[in-house]
Amino acid sequence: MGKVIVVTSGKGGVGKTTSTAALGAALAQRNEKVAVVDFDVGLRNLDLVMGAERRVVYDLVNVINGDAKLPQALIRDKRLDTLFLLPASQTRDKDALTEEGVERVIGELKKYFDWVICDSPAGIEKGATLAMRHADVAVVVTNPEVSSVRDSDRIIGMLDSKTLKAENGERMEKHLLLTRYDSVRAERGDMLKVDDVLEILSIPLLGIIPESMDVLKASNLGAPVTLADARSAPAQAYFEAARRLAGEVVPVTVPGDKRGIFGKLFGRKAA
Amino acid sequence: MTKVLTDARSIRIKGRSFLAVVLSPDLPLDQWLDRLDDLAARSAGFFLDRPVVLDVSELPIKKPELKQLIDDLAERNVRVMGVEGARPSMLGPGMPPAMKGGKPASDVEVTAREPETETEAEAAAPAPQRQEAPQVRAIPQSLVIDEPVRSGQSIIFPEGDITIVGSVASGAEVIAGGSIHIYGALRGRAMAGSIGNTNARIFCRRLEAELIAIDGIYKMAEDMDSSLRGHAVQLSLEGDTIMADILF
Repeated sequence: MGKVIVVTSGKGGVGKTTSTAALGAALAQRNEKVAVVDFDVGLRNLDLVMGAERRVVYDLVNVINGDAKLPQALIRDKRLDTLFLLPASQTRDKDALTEEGVERVIGELKKYFDWVICDSPAGIEKGATLAMRHADVAVVVTNPEVSSVRDSDRIIGMLDSKTLKAENGERMEKHLLLTRYDSVRAERGDMLKVDDVLEILSIPLLGIIPESMDVLKASNLGAPVTLADARSAPAQAYFEAARRLAGEVVPVTVPGDKRGIFGKLFGRKAA
Repeated sequence: MTKVLTDARSIRIKGRSFLAVVLSPDLPLDQWLDRLDDLAARSAGFFLDRPVVLDVSELPIKKPELKQLIDDLAERNVRVMGVEGARPSMLGPGMPPAMKGGKPASDVEVTAREPETETEAEAAAPAPQRQEAPQVRAIPQSLVIDEPVRSGQSIIFPEGDITIVGSVASGAEVIAGGSIHIYGALRGRAMAGSIGNTNARIFCRRLEAELIAIDGIYKMAEDMDSSLRGHAVQLSLEGDTIMADILF
């Protein structure tokens, strides 16, 4: 049976979809079978970031309603044989999702895939609660900024109370993925530092993704950043996060800390 | 017209818990009312001066029927102070407000007594209070929470002290009848002595609170001495002022 991961945050625009795609592609490059599921019914974006928008025929709502079978709706990635996308419907809204329907689809996906990664919509309403409901592991995406941190804290509270695991008295495994981190600005005090965020949220750190132009570039190309430019700093950080998700012990490096005297000189010249 | 607010005294807002009698009617309602008449005949004046809450969560009725039921009860001198388990559409103006968050207490014994005169029954009204006292004492006086309190969560414990081994996040609230002990940072709201306890205190490892209150006297983050921020602090009430001491 595969593991179900929910990528969630509460706040919008912090990088849930980007991280879902990047982690999915990173895990698939380890030759593990991965399905990424878009739960943002009505505002789907994962298909664009994965570069599959022109191949969507059936979607999650069709499968839930029984209009299509799961294999008909799954889209295989053109670059990675082991990566699949289950898109959301753009013409419906979150009310089209039902508790039983989601349970059935997730149950089926778990049988065929090693990893089922659910891209949660923003907010704390039905879409977000259904996306987290059947998860085994939660990846909480947070920006180093106060409103994002507070929303993540709210979501962690919900992960501990509204999920099946929580209702069965088990503990939901939760990981913090700090995205859009800029060490220079954090040092200046414009951004929260890693330790501040960890202190407030008190959950283990999965990775720190540096703020980078490469992320936006990859999104617009329609490729997860771990596929578009595997050597870029954000891609490297996502690869490390994926290894930690898979259970490997990899020390977390704060981006920018490794930069030596040459990096600093070069950085200044470039700016 | 704008009003000039000159009085700087703060308003005390307190919580207080009372024991109410909860009636849970069942269908058909006329038969239930007959049984209620029966009970009232055996124990005259039982409902007199008692707060009564109507629990309709198990009752599939609509607004007109609920209104009729409340009127029928009023005819029997049963005054309903609130309705529990009603959908918002079932209540309207002129009807008792919705109540929620009730805690179960043990069943109230209705003592069978010979029908007596009205005046004697009224004199007997304080008697039930003697039954209430042991119930309150039976409830544990402290609540310990081993996890951080997350934004949006509220921990309410009117019966006594709350101890939290962890932090209280911004946007979370902790409300205790007694004192509040936080072994972590207090970033949200903490309200101690909520049911009127001037001796209640708030302790925290690190004060970064949005709001603190003791016995209804509150202080917002802006009104707090900035030198306290980030320190281990004890807060207590002296008259109408919240006093803060840095703990070492």
